[in-house]
Amino acid sequence: MFFKKLRDCLGGIAATFMLLLWSGSASAEWGLNMRPGVTPISNEVYDLHMLILWIVTIIGIIVFGVMFWSIIHHRKSKGAVPAQFHHSTIAEISWTIIPILILVGMAIPSTHLLVKMEETGDADITVKITGYQWKWKYDYMNEGVSFYSVLDEKSNEARQRGSNIDPKSVEHYLQNVDEPIVLPVNKKIRLLTTGGDVIHSWWLPDLGWKRDAIPGFINDNWAVIEKVGTYRGQCAELCGKDHGFMPIVLKAVSEEDYVAWVEKKKQQQAAAAASSDKEFSMEELMANGEGVFSKNCAVCHMANGQGVPGTFPALAGSPVATTAEGLPDHIDRLLHGKNLMPAFGEQLSDADIAAVITYERNAWGNDTGDIVQPRDIKAAR
Amino acid sequence: MSEAVIHSEHDDHHDHKPTGIGRWLFSTNHKDIGTMYLVFSLIMFFIGGAMAMIIRLELFQPGLQFVDPLFFNSMTTVHALVMIFGAVMPAGVGLANWLIPMMIGAPDMALPRMNNMSFWILPFAFTLLLSTLFMPGGAPNGGWTMYPPLTLQLGTAFPFLIFAVHFLGISSIMGAINIIATVFNMRAPGMTFMKLPLFVWTWIITAFLLIASLPVLAGAVTMLLTDKFFGTSFFDAAGGGDPVMFQHIFWFFGHPEVYILILPAFGIVSQIIPTFARKPLFGYDSMVYATASIAFLSFFVWAHHMFTVGMPLAGELFFMYATMSIAVPTGVKIFNWVATMWKGSMTFETPMLFSIAFVILFSIGGFSGLMLAITPVDFQYHDTYFVVAHFHYVLVTGAVFALFAGVYFWIPKWTGHMYDEKLGQIHFWISVISVNVLFFPQHFLGLAGMPRRIPDYSLQFAEFNMVSSIGGFVFGLSQLLFVYIVIKCIRGGTRASDQVWEGAHGLEWTLPSPPPFHSFTTPPKVTDATAHS
Repeated sequence: MFFKKLRDCLGGIAATFMLLLWSGSASAEWGLNMRPGVTPISNEVYDLHMLILWIVTIIGIIVFGVMFWSIIHHRKSKGAVPAQFHHSTIAEISWTIIPILILVGMAIPSTHLLVKMEETGDADITVKITGYQWKWKYDYMNEGVSFYSVLDEKSNEARQRGSNIDPKSVEHYLQNVDEPIVLPVNKKIRLLTTGGDVIHSWWLPDLGWKRDAIPGFINDNWAVIEKVGTYRGQCAELCGKDHGFMPIVLKAVSEEDYVAWVEKKKQQQAAAAASSDKEFSMEELMANGEGVFSKNCAVCHMANGQGVPGTFPALAGSPVATTAEGLPDHIDRLLHGKNLMPAFGEQLSDADIAAVITYERNAWGNDTGDIVQPRDIKAAR
Repeated sequence: MSEAVIHSEHDDHHDHKPTGIGRWLFSTNHKDIGTMYLVFSLIMFFIGGAMAMIIRLELFQPGLQFVDPLFFNSMTTVHALVMIFGAVMPAGVGLANWLIPMMIGAPDMALPRMNNMSFWILPFAFTLLLSTLFMPGGAPNGGWTMYPPLTLQLGTAFPFLIFAVHFLGISSIMGAINIIATVFNMRAPGMTFMKLPLFVWTWIITAFLLIASLPVLAGAVTMLLTDKFFGTSFFDAAGGGDPVMFQHIFWFFGHPEVYILILPAFGIVSQIIPTFARKPLFGYDSMVYATASIAFLSFFVWAHHMFTVGMPLAGELFFMYATMSIAVPTGVKIFNWVATMWKGSMTFETPMLFSIAFVILFSIGGFSGLMLAITPVDFQYHDTYFVVAHFHYVLVTGAVFALFAGVYFWIPKWTGHMYDEKLGQIHFWISVISVNVLFFPQHFLGLAGMPRRIPDYSLQFAEFNMVSSIGGFVFGLSQLLFVYIVIKCIRGGTRASDQVWEGAHGLEWTLPSPPPFHSFTTPPKVTDATAHS
């Protein structure tokens, strides 16, 4: 009876190990193993991972094999008489020395790879990545391009509790953003990571590493992407309420496409800068404000302006958002933050801040009738 | 001293126990305190388990169905704190209380009043911690590792968290001092250190780890407290501090802590395997030295928990090599257990089944641990479900399985009744199958790219999360069977002999089952036959 049970158990474990190793041809949905990725480094990481996995699997098979042989044969029900030996110097020395040799064998390729991964010099392009609660900012240091990247609208709607939207109906559910980081293939790219509020961790599995984004510190890493394509990952360090909802999407494009993209981004930025001198109507401000609010503010203050009691204050009916005396405070909080509230002064344009404040002062029954223009924000900066 | 001896003989003669609630509130008896520790840890095991059930329920399918993200984060955070400080650590101390005096031939622990206090701090500490679940802003949700700046964003719950951790630390340190004082001073004549049962040895080493590491944790959380309320900036870069420094200090405690959780388990298994193999433990001396080396090395490997913070190359290499080296003494222990079984005459009662499962499944956790030690690939594994799978293999199928084994092994001695062997085996088989269904797929999830501590996930992770959740529900529910078996055994059953198990050796098996209120009132004579097997 036991024999059969144990044999089944051993069979089960062996089958699971086989399953783990049978990886290359596995379907995406039942993904079992690490992906080799798209950089030379990520391929080497994958190879090292497989090497170590094979070594421990073989050790496991040998040790558990001996153990199960003993369990099957050295049992009282089979009339086994216990031996009385209790040590063997040769055995004990050999099972100390052999593991040391195996470990040294593992350490050599690991050291080589680690040294290679730390060679971040001579980069063609440098991008600074800043983690915020809960979005990423990408600054292209030489091109002067910079933008924020947040969870895409469709995923964001579907992921709300009680949304009744089936995640399966959303393309790339929780792994899509409004604006991906775009990089050229076959260039050495240096990626700096830092944090704007708490610690985040920027992780694209296809690049073969993740790196923490720590406030006050800058880490560096590098990648040479060899294949055009879209690669997806997400924040890997617990960073608060919406840690699970700050994906990373990288579009690797040809060099020509990259140059064209940089040009386009620069024009967009110039247009946004010009908008701070414009005058908008109430309707324009409300329409833009609602969009800005749902992208930047609704994560904490919620789409209905009620906040999260005890953690994030309600805006509906709050004195700051409803009284004339509160208006300067309102603008100040948007620009400079307070407690958990991040400073949006450098994240959003004057036009966007003006729009969102107008929206907050007129939505959810706040109905102050206040109109805030970009120039008011510019003056308050 | 002589007065104390006479007094305890007097007690023993009438075998009178204090009665009513006072027996438990003011207890200075190692068995009663041990029982309270074990019952407390079982309650905490179910509270922490209920939180795990909520986590697995939310992760059963993609989308948010049951809880909000912030509450989900509270569940992962408090589940860890409750299981580590409330379930596994007190269970280990409970076993130590029950067994160490009986194993070394002493009447009781050396410091009985401190023993009482170290237990009674625990319910207060957990009242502080668990009350935060009902506070505005919710329970701690920044992870049990309490990394700043995130943890500093916590609201009302923050000081409760810090003081709960302080209390837990004080309780553990007092327990550790007591164990060291007992073993160093109260061994029966002839019970030399190298004759001590391995369970006692692993506990001495654990006690030193506790004393060395918990004050470091207390310091770290105190610095968090002053950062939050008194304007210091130990961990705030804007004020000249360093958020990574917290991680260094925390893991300087945290890594020895994982050995605090697992070393007593090593001790339990080292008692059980020789008993049911009917053969002396293989390599007793090397077991002791291996345990001591693991404990020593555990102070030099902390940064492997934080390879991705961006350390200098030399630091990454040092911590990689140091971590890999722990595989050597750990391997020695595994090999010694296998060699103990080799050419034995084995039977497979529930304690042995749990111990064999421990050796295999702990080894699997050790293998994934070795993979995690390799810095360049750890950059991929770090903070994913691969890590979650790893530490649940070493903590659930490692520490918790060994604790189950220990309870089944010694409960006939404690109660005087045999537990229901058939139910015990059913408990074992359901647990061992469901726990693998629960945690093995988490390796795949981590490798495929699923980060830990997320309440919702993208669709490619859906299948294995569902499998894992089903395993989790079965494992969680099957633990109710354990409670039933324990209660049934306390209330009655076949009378247990003094030796209980055919192959049992050691002083605790020379006492009647159940043992007298004060274990040994006259020191027993320790011979090779009554010492460790």
